[in-house]
Amino acid sequence: MALDTAFIGRSYPAVGSYQVGREKIREFAAALGDHDPLYHDRDAARAAGHPDLIAPPTFAIILSIRAQEQLAGDPELGLDYSRVVHGDQSFTHHRPIHAGDELAATLHVDGIRTMGGNDMLTVRCEITDEAGEPVTTARSLLVVRGGEEDR
Amino acid sequence: MLRREGVTAGDELPPLQVHLTRAELVRYAGASGDFNPIHWNERVAREVGLPDVIAHGMLTMGLATRLVSTWAGDPAAVVACSVRFTRPVVVPDEGDGALVELSGKVTEQHDDGTVLVAITARSCGQTVLGKATATVALGS
Repeated sequence: MALDTAFIGRSYPAVGSYQVGREKIREFAAALGDHDPLYHDRDAARAAGHPDLIAPPTFAIILSIRAQEQLAGDPELGLDYSRVVHGDQSFTHHRPIHAGDELAATLHVDGIRTMGGNDMLTVRCEITDEAGEPVTTARSLLVVRGGEEDR
Repeated sequence: MLRREGVTAGDELPPLQVHLTRAELVRYAGASGDFNPIHWNERVAREVGLPDVIAHGMLTMGLATRLVSTWAGDPAAVVACSVRFTRPVVVPDEGDGALVELSGKVTEQHDDGTVLVAITARSCGQTVLGKATATVALGS
């Protein structure tokens, strides 16, 4: 079943804000096998000019996934998340993310098209700080694989 | 942070080789919040037509940006990054899991002081990322 293109332009704010914790940064960096002291050692991060630990460049996916849960939970859209494959991903950092940041995320549906029985959903997660200033723009292409009846 | 005068188009980044086992996938699932069972449950992976458990695309992208931020000397230098997930990294239960090999090359120098790095990620002899790039703002 093709997704309704009327959903293009809709937005889904993530529930609540997200506080970036030092241990979460350390955990995320460790999951990438990355021992860069700027992710783990507050003094090293400060010596490099950062206010606290800096988050890895792909850390913002955590906020994007949280916002995508709102999209997946919209019964009107009817997205079958078990059929979703990640097609592409990009991040534009307006400033680095640091421990202590209190971030908000809103997911925007920028495009829906059907190709070869698959729905291609283009979403954009806009991440802002407490002052409402832009922090990161994360764009994802979600490919919803069609069932046999769609081919 | 790496300074821009020391960098020119054609420079190659120190390569990175990472063995991904099932344990690394579980660890990444917890760290990222992506608990899709195709990344840790072989039965579910096969049910949806995959050959075996596969790594999170975002884990491979994270390794690709690790290559770049390590080279740049500060993760803040990576101001943008972009990839296409073209092939899955299949992670068998046996042995060392899957080997992911990453390399990068400076392809463009821009007037604003940034450089573009093109990244190659391979597993089992095939590229797994397409159009993988990072924009890096080097120190002046």
